Order: sequence, then structure tokens, then C-alpha cells
Amino acid sequence: MLTWITDFLYSVIKLSAPIVFATLACDISRQAGVYNMSAEGNMLISALASVVIAGMFNSVWAGLIGGVAVGVLMAAIIAYAHLIGKTNMYLTGLAFNTAATGGTVFVMFMLCGEKTSTNAAIRSYTIPQIQIPIIDKIPVLGKILSGHYLLTYVALISVILVWFMLKRTRLGLRMRSIAENPQAAESVGISVVKVRYISFLLSGLFAGLGGAYMSMAYVSFFSRGMVAGRGWIGVSAMNIANGAPIGSSIAALFFGFTDTLSVSLQAFNIPIQFVNMIPYVATILALVIMNIVRIRREKAREKARLAKMQEKEGSAVAH
Amino acid sequence: MENEVLRMQGITKIYSNGFVANKDVTFGVEKGEIHALVGENGAGKTTLMKILFGMERHEEGSILINGEEVHITSPLDSIAKGIGMVHQHFMLVPSLTVAENVVLGVEPMSNGLFDFDAAVKETQRIADKYNFDVDAKTRVRDLSVGQMQKVEILKALVKGAKILIMDEPTAVLTPQETRELFEQLQILKEDGHSIIFISHKLEEVMEICSRVTVLRHGRCLGTYDIRDMTEAKISRLMVGRDVVLKMDKPQHDRGEVVLDLDNIIKINTIGKRVLNGLSLKVRKGEIVGIAGVEGNGQSELASAICGLDRHTAGTIKINGVDIGDKAIKEIRDLGLAVISEDRMVDGVAADRSVRENIMSDRFDKPEFKKGIFMDNKRINQMVDECIQEFEIACDDRDQPVRMLSGGNIQKVVVAREFTSGRNVVLACQPTRGIDVGTAEMIRKYIIKMTREKDAAVLLISADLNEVLECSDRLLVMRYGKIVGAFNDAKEVTEDILGEYMLGIKTMSDEELEAAL
Repeated sequence: MLTWITDFLYSVIKLSAPIVFATLACDISRQAGVYNMSAEGNMLISALASVVIAGMFNSVWAGLIGGVAVGVLMAAIIAYAHLIGKTNMYLTGLAFNTAATGGTVFVMFMLCGEKTSTNAAIRSYTIPQIQIPIIDKIPVLGKILSGHYLLTYVALISVILVWFMLKRTRLGLRMRSIAENPQAAESVGISVVKVRYISFLLSGLFAGLGGAYMSMAYVSFFSRGMVAGRGWIGVSAMNIANGAPIGSSIAALFFGFTDTLSVSLQAFNIPIQFVNMIPYVATILALVIMNIVRIRREKAREKARLAKMQEKEGSAVAH
Repeated sequence: MENEVLRMQGITKIYSNGFVANKDVTFGVEKGEIHALVGENGAGKTTLMKILFGMERHEEGSILINGEEVHITSPLDSIAKGIGMVHQHFMLVPSLTVAENVVLGVEPMSNGLFDFDAAVKETQRIADKYNFDVDAKTRVRDLSVGQMQKVEILKALVKGAKILIMDEPTAVLTPQETRELFEQLQILKEDGHSIIFISHKLEEVMEICSRVTVLRHGRCLGTYDIRDMTEAKISRLMVGRDVVLKMDKPQHDRGEVVLDLDNIIKINTIGKRVLNGLSLKVRKGEIVGIAGVEGNGQSELASAICGLDRHTAGTIKINGVDIGDKAIKEIRDLGLAVISEDRMVDGVAADRSVRENIMSDRFDKPEFKKGIFMDNKRINQMVDECIQEFEIACDDRDQPVRMLSGGNIQKVVVAREFTSGRNVVLACQPTRGIDVGTAEMIRKYIIKMTREKDAAVLLISADLNEVLECSDRLLVMRYGKIVGAFNDAKEVTEDILGEYMLGIKTMSDEELEAAL
């Protein structure tokens, strides 16, 4: 039983990592006031690019860097369309994701003559797993926390870095101001387009990392549609915490948990269709619950504000 | 003249559609003065200030700062040259703190990171220097409107502004906040700052400004010393004709009661009694004015009558029918026409056309239908008649209302409400923030409605002159109820009204009974 639990928790972390990357990709755009929904397609493209480039150069690192570079490039294209071409972000995201679904299969078929996976045609490369000294010696905990792929730890560090960037740097402050009131930022000379461009590129970076994780860590090949909605779940996780990196990453972890649950439950006699539904139903439930909480909190805040004003009014009258 | 810090010389601005917004405008601002810039809506004040702040480019003319010609290409450029703008619609980020808002764009840094503590220090230093009562660490969303405005001023000051442009700063303020603002502007002035004060309220101009520049139809009519001016003189220059400060109001008989409010109580979401047992009656053919310091329940009263918000207790009858829980449309169909307080929110659908806005209350009427379809010919004819009668300045009936000036937007509202055939008119701040000419026209229409169409009008206005001029009977509201009632508005002076508004005097129930 203990082994089952440690294995389970290890899997939660493993399965959460790509969702965390997707979430960060959405967060960083949201924080600059853009609802970027292209993470799904971008991860898919990056996943394919990682495998292909790794195969071309016979190097897992070339694959990783190449995959991330392609992710950033894709984000730059979307940014150009949205920021310079003034296209609608929803439609652009939708078109991009649809194009990615078909396009990746098309490219895969051109390169490998296969339509389902690159498994047979391109040599597999896997990002190394890391044993963390000391921690891996701790019973139970070591088994859960240590021995993950390098990118899993990168995901964790990224969450903290994004949080720090938003809270403590000038770029972060400017991004937040643009998200809330772009005109205000513009009026003090901040270039909204420039800051949003940067946020798009960072978003592409995380989508690229997420894609590379899918094809070089989660499994060691590319297969059609392998991102399987993780980019969309990233959008949900972002939404739950309104783009806050830590909150939404916790949400991502929760989705990773339901994902793992669905995998584990397959061992029991539960219909697979039901099990596969779990992460998505959980997404809807989580969104509803979080929204209720948010509305309540806003109401309370409004109430407090009114009370404060009334108190002030009262004292002014007494005066 | 050696004191002149800013001079705009011969500025001409022609928009790409050929509209001449400014034609050869010249004006200068001295160090340490509050300089009023007045003019009707569309006179070119905003354009002129946008040019100064680098948001628009001018075709001809030059801008001189401290005697040297400058070329301002962007707001940033303008800020760098010591000009600050306090926008009418605040440019603030609500979830950020005061300090973060203030330093945005010129953030203090240390070791490559944003230095929040330095931002707080700097903000507090300037706030204290000019006696601004704001805490740098509070989030802007928790501030009152008056405090937000202070943050806007701080934003300009922290960037080293010596010339402050204030675009209708008092439009959003309570009387107390206005008072406070004026005191701070005086401090700024004494400290050597120059302030360009754009306002519609001439009494404010008279109070705090030393000179006034008047614009009309994009041209400058000159700069005058306030000491040589009166409100009447300024308004005559602005509109180019004598504004009838006394409204011409023929005698008229009052009919039966058509709007009857009995003991209205409204307890708002935080448990405050915003309407506290308010009763009033409005009869056919009369205008009943409600005066009062803003925030004494006037907005809530209006919302209760038109059904935007429900009252807690009491009855409201329109043409003898209790509005009870009726839907807004049902209430309006009882005969209620409404000029709402906030025209952009409740008065019009800003993105829709003039035509659609005028149509919006009568699309279901049989006369505008042909079978199951709209009778477009009939509708267009009706809308064109409205545009003509109410002199709505628009390209055509399909122009989005958002593109019109404030005065013309209000004309769209008035055109709709006054042609709907409804006999009870609720007019809330009908002339707020619009030019003198349009305001006068709207007031005339209100009087015409009662005199010619026998309508009943309840006029709620913060503009004392307006209530005094237009009303037949006058009520004063304070703390959610009527505290003074005058059967003949002509006998009331502003002084008397002021005493009731401020609570120096209150009528007893018997006196009110007698007057009502």
C-alpha cells in the first residue's frame, strides 16, 4: 500500500509538470492582459519539434533547445498577428490550435511516413532524471520528490521565477498595470505592445518547455494529439487563480492529481470512459467553485469599502 | 510676460475628416497661476490639451515652454518637459497600491529590481509636501473618487510636472472634496506650479482662477482677467449669445397627481437607510425640483422610481398604478420617461447608432411595424425628425452614439424620452457636464413638456441654478427625505435653499404637510 501511495504521488508530480508549464504559459499572457489560448497547439508543435531536432542532431539538449525555440517562434507569430495585425485573440488561438493539430501530423508524415507516432522512425531521446542528493535518502519522501526528469524541477523553479518576476521586477509591475488598465500604462509612456510582445515570447518559452516535456520525458516520442487537452487545462488553471502563478500552479497540481487518479483507477474495474472524464469534470467543478469563492470575496471587499466610506461620511457629518 | 511658462501660439488642428478643431488658438500660462480654459462641448478645449500633452499633432503653430520652442511628440515627451495631465477618466490601476500607481513609468530601481520601499517613500514625501491625505500603501481600488484624483495629481507631480492640466476635475467630486481640491490647488499654485483648469462650472472658475481663456468653435476669443469678468460675461463669450439665465416659464394650471410617492424607504446592501420615509407628489403640468447635496439619496430615489433598483417599503404610483415589482419596461409603459443620471451607462447604448438608440423604447409599437417586420421607412422618418427637431449634430442616423459629443448624446436621450408620448418625466441631472447651449435647450424642452403636453416632471439636479430656474415647486432632500418644501420656486433664493440643504434649517412635519 505504501509503495502504491509513493508511486501515486510520484506520478502526480510527473503528470503535473506539463500542466504547470501550460499554466505558466497562460499565466504570463494573462498577467499582461491577454487571454492566450494557444498553449495547446504550441505545446504540440514544440513536442514534435523537440523529437525531430533531437533526432537530427543526435542530442537531447539540441532537441530541448530546438523545441523551446520553436515554441518561442510560434508565440512570436501569434503575437505579431494579435498585436500588430490586431486579430481577435480567441479566433487566432482557435485557428492556431486547429492548424497545430493537423500540421503536426502532416509534418510527421512528411518526415517519417507515419501518421500516428515518430516511435519507429526517429531515435528516442529522453531528458535525464535527477537524483537529488540527501532528499533521495529520505524514506518515502525521497521516492516522491527525487528522481524526476530535469524539466520537472525546471517547472517548479519557473513557478517561483514567474512569481518573483511579477512581484519584484519593473517588467512585472508594468505587465500587471497593462493587464488592468492599458490606457493608464500608455499614458505614462509604457509601450503596451512591447510589454505584451515580451509576455508572448515568455509564454512561448513555457509552452515550448511543456512540449519538450511531453515528447522527451513524459514519453520518448511524438504521437498525434499527444498534448491531449493539457494546454486547455492550463487555461483553466490560469483562470482559477486569475493568472497568479502560485495559485494556478496549485490548481495545475490538482489537475495532475486527477490525471493520475484516472490512470490509477484504470487498474480497477471502472469503465475507462468514466475515468478519462475525471480530469475534465474536475476542471469544470473547480472553475465553478473558484468563481463562487471569488464573487463572494469581491462582494465582501465591496462591502468593506462601502462601510469605510460610510464611516468617513459619518465622521464628516459629526464634524 | 517674463513669468510665462507656457505659450501655445497660433495652434491649428484639422482632423483627417476635415473637422477644424482648433483654428489659430493662442494662449499663455504664467508661473503660479490657475488658468481657466472654458468653452462649450466641442469648442476645442480637449483637442488643445491633447496637443499640449502630445496625444495629437497640430498642423500649424508652435508651443513654447519657458520661452523656448518645443516639439512634443508623445505624452512621455510632454511629461519630460514638465507637463502633467489629470484625465477626466482616471488612468489608474485599481489593484496596485497608490505608490505603484504614482511611480509607474518612472519606477525607482535597486539592483535591477523594482524598489517598492523607495516608491512608497517618494510618494509619501510629495503627498505630505502638498498636504494630500493619502496612504501610499493603500490599494487604489479601496480609495474614494476624491482620493483617486489626488493619486492622479501625485502621478504628475512625481514626474516633475510644473504645468498641470486638469480636465473637469470637479465633475466627479462631492462639494466637500471640491473644497479640499481647491485648497490643494492653491498650495500647488503658491509653490510655483501652473494649473490649466478646464471646467463647465463658471462659479468655480470665478472662485479659483486668476485668468480665463475662452474658446468657441475652435477659435480663441481671448484671455481675460477674472477680476474683469462675471459668470454672465463668460457664458456670453462661450456661447456667443446671451444665455437666458432666467427661464421663460408661462403660468400653467396644475392637474391631478400622476406621480405619487408615499413613505419610501430604501435600505441599501450595507444596511444604510438611503431613503428614509420620503413622500412627494407631482401633478400634471408642473415641474417639481429636488435640490440637495449630492449623496443624500437622490440617485436611489431615481433608481426606485424607474425600477432600476427596488425600494424596501412604501408605494410609488405612476398614473395611479402601483409600480410594485413591475419590470422596468412595464413601469415605463405606465407613462414614465427617464433622463438617467449617467447617460453613458443607463441612457444610451454607446456603440449603437443614433437610430437604434431612439428606437430602443418603441421597437414594439404597432406604428413601427409592418407585419412581423420593422417598418424601416417609418422608423427612419421618425428618427430624422428627432435629429432635426432636437438639433442632434451627427453625420447621419447610423452614426454610433459614442462618436458624438456629450451634449449631443444627451440630446439623443432627450429626443427619445420626450417623443415617447409618456406623461411623467423623471429628469436626473439632465444637463450635467454638457455645454451651456445644449443645457439651455434641454431646460426649455422640459418646460415645454409641462406647458404644452401637460406632462409632470420630477427634476433632480445638483445644479442649484437649474432647479431654481426650471421648477414650479421646490423640494429639498437631505438624508433620504424631504426636509424643505416650497410651493413657489420663485420665492426661494439660493441662500435659503443652501440652509435647508446643509441642515441649518429643517421644516417640521406640519410645515411640510402644508407645503406639499
